[in-house]
Amino acid sequence: MSKKKWLGLVVYAVIALFAATSCGGDDESSGTTTGAAASTAIPGLGATLNEIKQKARSEGMVNLVIWAGYADKSWAKTFTQQTGCKVVTKDGASSDDMVDLMGTGAYDGVSASGDATLRLIARGDVAPVNYDLTPNYANVFEGLKNKSYNTVDGVGYGVPHGRGPNLLVFRKDKLPAGTDSWAPVWDGSQAGKLSIYDNPIYIADAAVYLKATKPDLGIENPYALDQEQFDAAVDLLKKQRPQIAKYWDGTTYATQVTTFKSGETTVGTTWPYQTNLMAAEKPPLPVSSLKPKEGTTGWSDTWMIAKNAKHPNCMYLWLDYIISPQANAKVAEYFGEAPSNSKACDVTKDKNHCTTYHATDESWWKDVYYWDTPTADCGDDRGEACKTYEDWKAAWTEIKG
Amino acid sequence: MRRLSSFFARHPRGRLAALLAAPVGWLVAVYLGSLVLLLLAAFWETEPFTNDVVRDWNLDNFRQILEQDVYRAVALRTIAMAGLVTLADAVLAFPIAYYMARVARPRTREILVVAVLMPLWASYLVKAFAWNAMLGEDGFIGWFLEPFGLGPPGDRVGLWLTFTYFWLPFMILPVYAGLERIPASLLEASGDLGARSLRTFWKVTLPLAFPAVVAGSIFTFSLTLGDFILPTLIAKEQFIGTVIYSDRSANLPVAAAFAMVPIIVMTVYLVVARRLGAFRAL
Repeated sequence: MSKKKWLGLVVYAVIALFAATSCGGDDESSGTTTGAAASTAIPGLGATLNEIKQKARSEGMVNLVIWAGYADKSWAKTFTQQTGCKVVTKDGASSDDMVDLMGTGAYDGVSASGDATLRLIARGDVAPVNYDLTPNYANVFEGLKNKSYNTVDGVGYGVPHGRGPNLLVFRKDKLPAGTDSWAPVWDGSQAGKLSIYDNPIYIADAAVYLKATKPDLGIENPYALDQEQFDAAVDLLKKQRPQIAKYWDGTTYATQVTTFKSGETTVGTTWPYQTNLMAAEKPPLPVSSLKPKEGTTGWSDTWMIAKNAKHPNCMYLWLDYIISPQANAKVAEYFGEAPSNSKACDVTKDKNHCTTYHATDESWWKDVYYWDTPTADCGDDRGEACKTYEDWKAAWTEIKG
Repeated sequence: MRRLSSFFARHPRGRLAALLAAPVGWLVAVYLGSLVLLLLAAFWETEPFTNDVVRDWNLDNFRQILEQDVYRAVALRTIAMAGLVTLADAVLAFPIAYYMARVARPRTREILVVAVLMPLWASYLVKAFAWNAMLGEDGFIGWFLEPFGLGPPGDRVGLWLTFTYFWLPFMILPVYAGLERIPASLLEASGDLGARSLRTFWKVTLPLAFPAVVAGSIFTFSLTLGDFILPTLIAKEQFIGTVIYSDRSANLPVAAAFAMVPIIVMTVYLVVARRLGAFRAL
């Protein structure tokens, strides 16, 4: 065969391959349904809890996308012993990352935050949950059920995992005692020493600060920013950019512990998880963490099951297990968040955990703005004037420079 | 079985096809195919809310990359870094390779080859974190520079040092091979004609070894251009790799469009390298 013919064959092969895969993709998207029409049925899922338990034995594993620390051995092992399902996990770096990973179809479930849940539902990646098969759901705080981020048209997707705030963390020996404001992160007083979460959603943190310090902008919801508010937030972030020593995210969170240890960073935003890690260092790091007076961003997470889960029975057992009082208490203490199961408060190791983390104190959560996906619709009388998440992403690339 | 073997005996082309089917299939379907698919995404867009890729053909992603200054700045920064790393590696690698090829005795040469290859046995991440620690606030390099009144190196210098270390073996080996291939008779002829050793080096050795340096530079340049792990760990400035990495989940089509930049740069680089004879030196 001549060289030209070979080349022709190669080109045809590539075109054929593309055609084949793109057809497959189209089939998938046309087959998806969203909203109320969606059913809780998943191919291969047992009809009763007993049947699920039996089938889970033969599945033998469950494949999860998680926020770091959500499936530690200390409770995942118990799950495996009880059900015969091995727990395999993948840390998501951010909500974007988690949505992306769930899109691959390789995972059975995910611990999704509020800025991922609705996207997953709209994409048709996750299935509604049949709460008859998750008995522990009955004890979940009513305040976490039927929320806009886990329920669409009255259909519930997933089980609430728990909630927590993004905290201000600072070195006690480098910042004045009694620091209770985000100001050091924004005013330049700790230039070159900041440790910041690396994701477009962090723009909301700037908005929270502006909401408190620049009331003229009229920011109400830090995820519904119109042009003027958005510009102000981006401006603030651009000023902050040169003061940042290190970024961190859901896969590089451990480096935050290191930089606070070495003093390379002295103040920043963090999850309670890292503050637990910092406290577990020997000797414990001289850091303090709190919800500043301006309020903060936070999350309310939901365990969701993939519509085409390969191990649906193990996943259902996990959905129920992770919100059982014992497991929910363990994960809440390990990560440092408020549990979702009201009975979990009785079995935490630290008896004051639920009080410390304000599990039942709704007023404390008033100025914690749970992660949400920004959309054009502001949700108020401004109408479609708000910046979409696409704008947030483009701005974030620009902010980082 | 016998029929099969007699078929192949009678059809040498069939033999060749059967032999090459697996590697060519792999290269075309798995490697090129997925690459083409990814690059096609550059002409698509994402649904603003769900982040889903929508197969709607347009050039908006390229427009965004050309119009938003940040992409140009990142591209230029990365290319400059790749160039500087290549330069540093060439300067460092040449004497080592020269010693290995022309001075060292066979036994020493063997030990040196192993020593050059040794860092490649260690995990990439272990080395990356080691450098991260060395470059840090109270790291070794800062400690070493302190008596000279210097602080720990900044992000850019730190990253440059790390890249230079990481890709050095990829420069040493081709240059070593290139230098070894230069026939001793040419150097002797140069000497016989009255050239001193320095002149011989400039007029004979260096020109003959240059294609090998260019060959090595293909590795150092392209590896720096595409890496995203070291920049994430060591610098906070964005590089081509880190932008693609973060856009990959946030906005795949823009990431795909931006991925065209290193492809174009490398294509140009390879064409020039070929002109300089680098492919014959490989």
